[in-house]
Amino acid sequence: MLGFLGGLLGSFARFLAGLQELTLFSARVFRSCFRGPFYWRDVYEQAYVAGVGSMHLALISAFFAGQALGLQFARQLAETGTVTLLGTLMTIAVVRALGPDLIGLVVAARMASGYTAEIGAMKSANQIDALVAFGTDPIKKLVVPRVLALFVMLPLLVILGDAVALIGGAIMAKYVAHVSLSLYWSQASRAMTFGTILIGVVKPAVFALLISLIGCWKGFTSSGGTRGVGRSTTESVTIVSVMLLITDFMLTRVLFALLRW
Amino acid sequence: MIRFDHVHYSIGGRKILEDVSFDVQKGTTKIILGPSGIGKSTALRLILGLVRPDSGDILIDGRSVVKADREELDKIRQEIGMVFQDGALFDSQTVGENVGYWRLENSDQTDDEIEAVVREKLTLVGLDPELIDSMPDELSIGMQRRVAIARALASGHPKIILYDEPTTGLDPNSLELVTDAILRLRNELGMTSIVVTHQLTDALKVGSDYLFLFDRGVQFEGDARALAASDDPKLRQFLDPFRKSLAEAAENFGVGRAGEATRVQTP
Repeated sequence: MLGFLGGLLGSFARFLAGLQELTLFSARVFRSCFRGPFYWRDVYEQAYVAGVGSMHLALISAFFAGQALGLQFARQLAETGTVTLLGTLMTIAVVRALGPDLIGLVVAARMASGYTAEIGAMKSANQIDALVAFGTDPIKKLVVPRVLALFVMLPLLVILGDAVALIGGAIMAKYVAHVSLSLYWSQASRAMTFGTILIGVVKPAVFALLISLIGCWKGFTSSGGTRGVGRSTTESVTIVSVMLLITDFMLTRVLFALLRW
Repeated sequence: MIRFDHVHYSIGGRKILEDVSFDVQKGTTKIILGPSGIGKSTALRLILGLVRPDSGDILIDGRSVVKADREELDKIRQEIGMVFQDGALFDSQTVGENVGYWRLENSDQTDDEIEAVVREKLTLVGLDPELIDSMPDELSIGMQRRVAIARALASGHPKIILYDEPTTGLDPNSLELVTDAILRLRNELGMTSIVVTHQLTDALKVGSDYLFLFDRGVQFEGDARALAASDDPKLRQFLDPFRKSLAEAAENFGVGRAGEATRVQTP
């Protein structure tokens, strides 16, 4: 029993130490975002990798998830005779929750692992030390471009994904629920309020910070050669995924309070 | 000149170096020998200011690396080229971008001017300048090491080159080419160098004098003749596999300065 408690306390202490380390790392990254030199070419390259590289995954996932959600709603609403509300429900569910969460998780799996593996491998091969030796701040060169790029690209991916998911829902509306497309889209556009759009954009922006900061931080703190990089990569994806879902709930509560909903 | 002055260094409470002092004279090549994990590479990282000692000082031509602010440290680093273990080339960049990295990031030179410098440095280390557009993974390990040396030479205005195990894992032919490049830089450009290695056979070809790290401190410091003559049991045990090469080197002695072991120190 004592051993179990000791283990639990040890894990908690490690969690707190990690949280402190991540906070200090994030503070350094944010400071670096406002101080030159700025590596705009790297920002552009990273934006391409994150945006164009993740687009097919995000859109395919969103399209099928939108159809699945539309199918579920159509059946449920048909039972209560309120199937005309499908467009409204789809918009609220997709823009406020499904789009940011689903695409956030898909991009997290791809980008957080990529950031950790890439930076971890560079560290393991002394390339980070080489950057410092050549007078380059590795935070400014490696982390800031990734953070900025994902901060811009993830909300854009989510907006595109939302549109594709709503199209998936529209297919279900027409062929399963037998709701006219004009009704579906007019309901959908009416549900697209300022608050819904705000939630749909703020969430992925915050998720982008989580994914890039945790992914890069795990890369910088990896040790133990290729095996250590592999371990850090797994941890990175796990931490980011869990943090994303926890943050999703907390952010929704905060935004609801701010919007007085 | 490089001065390591009573340096203590530890990681997470584990002492790596204790009261380590040595000098490297201008235009000479100091070889740091010792078993793996003894702190040889750490000594180079301390000189470059990548890590800070717990106490003691490291001086480059009288300027302290330890007390230098960021700007001053950048200036000192411009005088030091570092060849990292395994080369540490940026694998997403071409040979040209690797060698010209410092100039691309820190100078106002045009692309043509930088390319000229890159070609010159590649030629200096015995590589074909047409390799400029190749990716590092298209080159042999020996060529990658020489690209790393060219990069160290093209970065800033180096008077000092630090080599971290430059010959480890090389085939005999590549090894010869890398040691030739190290020798040429000292003889033709008057570079001051420190070579960290645990391969004495290669070290004897390029070294002016030798330093043996053991038990967190300097166990021996002296020239090839003194190294061969030393009766220190720890040093003898380390040198045992290289006895034949060492005897030959002592016989052909002349690269370093005359003398005996300048110090035997146990921490």
